Amino acid sequence: MASYSTNEFKGGLKIMLDGDPCSIIENEFVKPGKGQAFNRVKIRNLKNGRVIERTFKSGESVEAADVIETNYQYLYNDGEFWHFMDPDTYEQVSADAAAVGESDKWLKDQDICTITLWNGTPIIVEVPNFVILTVTDTDPGLKGDTSGGGGKPATLETGAVVRVPLFVQIGEALKVDTRTGEYVSRAGK
Amino acid sequence: MKRLLAAGSGAIYQICKAFRNGESGRRHNPEFTLLEWYRPDFNHHQLMEDVATLVNSVLPKPRAVEYLSYGEIFIRHLNIDPHHATALQLQQCAKQHHITDAERLDLPSKDGWLDLLLTHCIEPQLGQNHLSFVYDYPASQASLAKIRTGSPPLAERFELYLEGMELANGFYELTDADEQQQRFSQNLEQRCLQGQPIVPMDKNLLAAINAGLPDCAGVALGVDRLLMQTTNTTEIDNVLSFPIKRA
Repeated sequence: MASYSTNEFKGGLKIMLDGDPCSIIENEFVKPGKGQAFNRVKIRNLKNGRVIERTFKSGESVEAADVIETNYQYLYNDGEFWHFMDPDTYEQVSADAAAVGESDKWLKDQDICTITLWNGTPIIVEVPNFVILTVTDTDPGLKGDTSGGGGKPATLETGAVVRVPLFVQIGEALKVDTRTGEYVSRAGK
Repeated sequence: MKRLLAAGSGAIYQICKAFRNGESGRRHNPEFTLLEWYRPDFNHHQLMEDVATLVNSVLPKPRAVEYLSYGEIFIRHLNIDPHHATALQLQQCAKQHHITDAERLDLPSKDGWLDLLLTHCIEPQLGQNHLSFVYDYPASQASLAKIRTGSPPLAERFELYLEGMELANGFYELTDADEQQQRFSQNLEQRCLQGQPIVPMDKNLLAAINAGLPDCAGVALGVDRLLMQTTNTTEIDNVLSFPIKRA
């Protein structure tokens, strides 16, 4: 089994802790003038996203986690699983609701997502920072309004609801920032 | 340098590179710069004053100096007597102060627990607005310092802290060759137990001490860390031309 010694610790390293795959966020090396050194580490649990702090004796080793991040294309949702395909090998994987989480409302067929695989199974699905989605429902707007004033809710093809300027109409394609859930601009066809 | 001292050099200093395999972080780089100097006929208290004068002459704003014993800082910050507490009591103390993994860590000795408490709970508080010297360490942490007999026996060495960061490590130097040889042997045994590489005993140094190392105190000061203080940065990489990440 592969393992890492504390002196290989650095941001981004994937290790196993208490049976869960984790990613090191920050590693601090502390040592008194003479004596025992420690690594104080901030770690994100990749399964539940929680950040914890741990202390290791320097020189300890920790099991490596078989975690990789790759780009997959979103295919479809069968009601239980979300299916993705490797655009190079056509190999398919399916992700459950825990892995997809909030990304669900931005997932559109054929979009390329970043998927974190642990032992070959998706544990995190990340959508692109910006996606282009079509408006399926919104109140009719008034002509002449600019993006500055007010706004109204609009439902997008994936089911997400975002606040948009009054001039946006049903059927228009919009660019949306998935990190904030905010409207960015209209997207030309 | 001790061999030069034994040969009659008198007070000496040097600025040179030192290397510590695997040590890197915000305040550590495997290759770093030390200013080391020795003063014949000084003890560690006189040398602390010497260090304070030098550091204050380099800092943009001189600071008040405080001298705290190792025992005092543990009592002040953790309300525990480091010289008489047992390893178990120290572990309990670490748990009370919410050091993560205090339960799980398997430290080989009481000193390991002292080091854990010192680095996690005390160090960050030392040297705030002051130059803080810590002196009189447990005899088990004497390294190459003289041990003053008493109850408890204390190692006559010191460390200087500035803004929670250790800046210098000084010793009232051990001049007894037999004792030195014993400490080397103990150190080798420990390395053996911890699975660290075994290094040959420094025979030339032992011979020099045997021939007569003058009564002296010596100190090593981290030049990069002093630069961090004068340039107001918290990352050692900012004061190095080629830190390990870009080596």
